[in-house]
Amino acid sequence: MGKKILMKGNEAIGEAAVRAGCLNYFAYPITPQSEVAEYLSRRIPEAGGVFLQAESEVAVSYMIFGAAGAGARVFTTSSSPGISLMSEGLSYITAAQCPAVFVNIMRGGPGLGGILPSQGDYFQATKGGGHGDYRLLVMAPASVQEAVEMVMIAFPLAEKYRNPVMILGDGLIGQMMEPVEFPDHLRTDPTDKNDWATTGMEFRKSDKPNIVKSLFLDPNALNENNLILKAKYDRMKAEDIHYESYNMEADYKVLIVSYGTMSRVCRTAVDNLKVNGFEVGLLRPKTLFPFPEKKIRDAAAKDSCQVVISIELSMGQMVEDVERCVQGRRPVKWYGECGGNIPTPETVMDVVTSLVGK
Amino acid sequence: MGKIFKKPEALSDSPTHYCPGCTHGVIHRLIAEVIDELGIRGRTVGVSPVGCAVLAYNYFTFDFQEAAHGRAPAMATGIKRVRPDLIVFTYQGDGDLASIGMGEIIHAANRGEKFTTIFVNNAVYGMTGGQMAPTTMPNQHTSTSPFGRNVDDIGMPIKMAELLAALQTPGYIVRQTVIKPKYIVKAKKAIKQAFVYQLEKRCFSFVEIVSTCPTNWGMTPGEAVKWTEDVLLSYYQLGEYKNPEKVSGDKHAN
Repeated sequence: MGKKILMKGNEAIGEAAVRAGCLNYFAYPITPQSEVAEYLSRRIPEAGGVFLQAESEVAVSYMIFGAAGAGARVFTTSSSPGISLMSEGLSYITAAQCPAVFVNIMRGGPGLGGILPSQGDYFQATKGGGHGDYRLLVMAPASVQEAVEMVMIAFPLAEKYRNPVMILGDGLIGQMMEPVEFPDHLRTDPTDKNDWATTGMEFRKSDKPNIVKSLFLDPNALNENNLILKAKYDRMKAEDIHYESYNMEADYKVLIVSYGTMSRVCRTAVDNLKVNGFEVGLLRPKTLFPFPEKKIRDAAAKDSCQVVISIELSMGQMVEDVERCVQGRRPVKWYGECGGNIPTPETVMDVVTSLVGK
Repeated sequence: MGKIFKKPEALSDSPTHYCPGCTHGVIHRLIAEVIDELGIRGRTVGVSPVGCAVLAYNYFTFDFQEAAHGRAPAMATGIKRVRPDLIVFTYQGDGDLASIGMGEIIHAANRGEKFTTIFVNNAVYGMTGGQMAPTTMPNQHTSTSPFGRNVDDIGMPIKMAELLAALQTPGYIVRQTVIKPKYIVKAKKAIKQAFVYQLEKRCFSFVEIVSTCPTNWGMTPGEAVKWTEDVLLSYYQLGEYKNPEKVSGDKHAN
């Protein structure tokens, strides 16, 4: 374990990738995450890696595609409008089964929106964004420390599935400073990619060319490729659902589902309400895809639970998944703001207590 | 007595899907011959475009990646930056490179990326069925310019070699054609020089090849060759537009 230092989220994310063993970074500046590129523009050359500021986010996603297709560990960071531009590439990268890590430090939208924290890209991250049947493995950190750890494990996860992994953090995760340490044990070696990547035949001592592609003109071949992708997503659901339960052993009247920075506010509200004798459970998904479906279904069905509420920095996106999981067993409500203001614990307490009779 | 003419090792046995009279086959062969002669097949990665050459990887015998429309130079940048020991080239048409991929090619050239681009310019979108391209000639009839390209409405055809040669970063920028044997010899020399500059880690290298599309031009292969020579070559003049040995970006007589 390294020593604990105070670091801004964006810089810690950049350092985490380097510590994880990824020295290839392509990016385009966008607020509120430009500090990642600024930090890595010094750090990566020192470490002997590749830093390149591209001409656009569109180009970034294909530089990532090319580098990943050639077998390298590679990542990028951006914010909402930039991720929209990268979404074309994400579709291709996923179809061609290349591992890569994308970090989205979300700002408010739609359009140019604002530059303050938001969770408005939940649909984009978990349901697609680009065209076609594909999924990203999406992790949502609630602290700078967790962002560091998620970035570090994202690389082996991307390689495990040969699929892009997205770290979905709201703007506050990138902008705030917190004490962090970089766990040495999370440093991993890249997997051998010689069986599929364009590593050069003479380097892998093979006579068989490797082709990285997403075009399958034969309908059976395309269906087959989509079944391979689906099998991976099913495996993610079986092996990589992660969440945190808080005050869930209590006989809660209300179950909050919340993630990222918003979940930390909810946690304070849960503590305060508990002092007043009002029990609230908090379930925080750490992976947004795969989503903790069964956990939410079971938690909502608890006898004491009268109502479930999704509290998010959006106009109601994750709530659709929560409704899907609860399957009508309890009423499902939503509360959120998405202009850039983060609701206070007092606001959350008012919202939650108003849901049930006094 | 040994064979005096044979199929290059870098070319596969697959029959191509290209139309009669199309020049892709000749260009593929020239690239394959150059790769054989330089002995680089085992460390070459091609990047195929969206367009008629999307399936190029079926016709070569080395590693390939398949790009989205116009994005091949960004993919080649990613490959070459993380693996400078690989020899990387993009193979792109004029709809791909001069329209949707304009941003990617200009910035790759301007960064002086150490890869090679083979730009096949036949003045029309091929695979999608003969629509107007940025390189379509004035008054040329296509499926989306049925009355002929109106330059007052859509502007003049873009001369990519000249445009890229105007950048201040050193590079090797040349335009050739393969419609007749006398041109093929020069085209091969240019392709070889482009790969040599890459091997020497000298500069970005770009070989534009003025090509035919009899199918979408509505011509016989013979007519297509004549139209290329009479019309296209008078606008898209052959020659070396930039050379890393010379500082100036002026065109040099061929």
